[in-house]
Amino acid sequence: MTEENIDLIESHEHPLDGYLRNGRIPHIFCPGCSLGSIMTVIVDSILAAGFDPKKVAVVSGIGCTGRIAGYLNFDSFHTTHGRAIPFAIGLSVTDPERKVIVVSGDGDLFAIGGNHMIHSARRNADITVICVNNFNYGMTGGQAGPTSYKGQFQSTAPYGSVEEPFNLPDLAASCGAVYVARWTALDVRRMKDSVVEALLKKGFSFVEVLGSCPTTYGRRNQLAEGKMILEHFKEHTELQHGADTREVGISKDGPMIVGKFVDIEGRPTLTDHLLSLQEKGRASISKK
Amino acid sequence: MSDDNSDQLEVLTGKHYVTGNLAVAEGSLAVGCKYFGGYPITPSSEIAEHMAMRLPQVNGHFVQFEDEIASIASILGASWGGAKSMTATSGPGYSLMVENIGLGMMTETPCVIVNVQRGGPSTGLPTLVGQQDVMQTKWGSHGDFEPIAISPSTVQECFDQAITCFNLSEKYRLPVTFLLDEVIGHMSERLVIPTKDKIKIISRKKPDVPPEEYLPYKAGKDLVPPMALAGEGYNVMMTGLTHDERGYPDISAEAQEINVRRINDKIRKNKKKIIQLEEYMLDDAEIALVSFGTTARSAKGAVNRAREKGIKVGLLRLITIWPFPDERIQLLADQVKKILVPEINYGQVCKEVERTVHGKTDVKGIFKLGGAIHSPEEILKEIERGTK
Repeated sequence: MTEENIDLIESHEHPLDGYLRNGRIPHIFCPGCSLGSIMTVIVDSILAAGFDPKKVAVVSGIGCTGRIAGYLNFDSFHTTHGRAIPFAIGLSVTDPERKVIVVSGDGDLFAIGGNHMIHSARRNADITVICVNNFNYGMTGGQAGPTSYKGQFQSTAPYGSVEEPFNLPDLAASCGAVYVARWTALDVRRMKDSVVEALLKKGFSFVEVLGSCPTTYGRRNQLAEGKMILEHFKEHTELQHGADTREVGISKDGPMIVGKFVDIEGRPTLTDHLLSLQEKGRASISKK
Repeated sequence: MSDDNSDQLEVLTGKHYVTGNLAVAEGSLAVGCKYFGGYPITPSSEIAEHMAMRLPQVNGHFVQFEDEIASIASILGASWGGAKSMTATSGPGYSLMVENIGLGMMTETPCVIVNVQRGGPSTGLPTLVGQQDVMQTKWGSHGDFEPIAISPSTVQECFDQAITCFNLSEKYRLPVTFLLDEVIGHMSERLVIPTKDKIKIISRKKPDVPPEEYLPYKAGKDLVPPMALAGEGYNVMMTGLTHDERGYPDISAEAQEINVRRINDKIRKNKKKIIQLEEYMLDDAEIALVSFGTTARSAKGAVNRAREKGIKVGLLRLITIWPFPDERIQLLADQVKKILVPEINYGQVCKEVERTVHGKTDVKGIFKLGGAIHSPEEILKEIERGTK
């Protein structure tokens, strides 16, 4: 074969070239981890939503999912553990045209950062939060977390997790999120359509993605390969748009309800409030 | 009223009679602060309250958060978004902020944190004075960094030095701590706000190369890299991990050496430009007082009373606490036979003075543990004891 022929069959370009940072790939994710495909979905969604790439910022906390911001060639911020959301709010309010996306894990967003999560939903901050739930703390070696279901084995739950896990969509919805959805990492097409909707939504939108973590979750729970976790998702997933979020909690071997659960119009956002405060502030001066 | 007036509203030129906390807020607005993220805490809450009223008037934003951790994280985000940003708190709140102050140090994010000190540890004396956070400012966050901390002694200085805090944070790209104490924060004095053209405003250095040539953490001789902001097309990359000039994580001893050495050296090597001191009757002094904040006012009173009695005593007032003025205090150690350090804590600046003078002269602290300020007479008594 001549070199010319090789050029014909090999592409030197990847569809995401330019949207991933030069020199940052290969990434650190384990074989069988779903973060690679989730990252692809996020970039595809940003492009499909039609944003000016200059006006997109991605903010992560700490953990495996927290590394995503650093691979993406947008304005990207890798902050402290649990604090991506308040950082994102500061970034968001300084430019109402900016689209700020928080991508982080379940431990980061719902354990150490849980307080920021519920309050930012309450104040309807103009951010999209994508939470990759892998049911454990992967980066630190597989400890149990706020989404570990009862009976799940982890390094800090050697006899099986005993606590009730958070139902993430219900928590987000009850705190005021205007868009709430859940997908599995297997469901990339629906996930993408949903993330596009979430990105285009004004106010606090939330998408939970159930991810595969064979290394620190799967191995301890008879799902030692990424494919086994995805097959588990396939067997247990039930699509129920508009499901009552109180009913979508996850249990061992129970159904995994996915779909779009909440999509509310018309609730004023934090930015709306802040801009109206500026009007009030200026009016208070002119009265004097 | 149109938006055009917002510029004038930033600087309320004229004579006022206000508290230190209010002067801090007005000084911050005058230098262009456009974002405040905060959480209520005594004795600093008046700063947040005033900013809640004033920021919307000047096209800025005030957001009250769920805690101090969110507050500091948000001001870092706002700073990358292009706003001069600040928060205000007291000891317990500052304790909650220190992790993200470290993020600000590592990512070289300009912002200002006001700490109106009260008595501690723990909940301590919420409504009463303390100066116990000197070392928290220096060592509170983990890892090596060189903080800048400024401590005002008058309401006028609350205004003037708030401006300096913002300017230093922008010039050297770091979170700067404005270290008030409860008495300065709550006392009322005359404040003269100059016209806008008299206010010196420094803003962060911007890159002068296109995005494809920009290395976000490559610094020139001044060791401070130019800062591209979010939304400018530079695809800003920021991480609290040890990073290289591109801002990419580099988990190695070599990268750590370069990265952490530079963020320390940019302050160490510019100490002379940063440090501000006030010298009072030191020329012929045989005894020196070293003090700061509210306590320096009592110390000045003690110097005046001692001078009336013919005792040769002077005062070195630390306006800048960090970086510490080692060189000036070493000179003082050559000159005087005793250095007295009145402060409202159990020996924080005093230990720094001891470290600095290296046994060359006697150093003695005059400590109060919080809740009350020194009277000039108390300090005078120690001066008189020192002459014997």
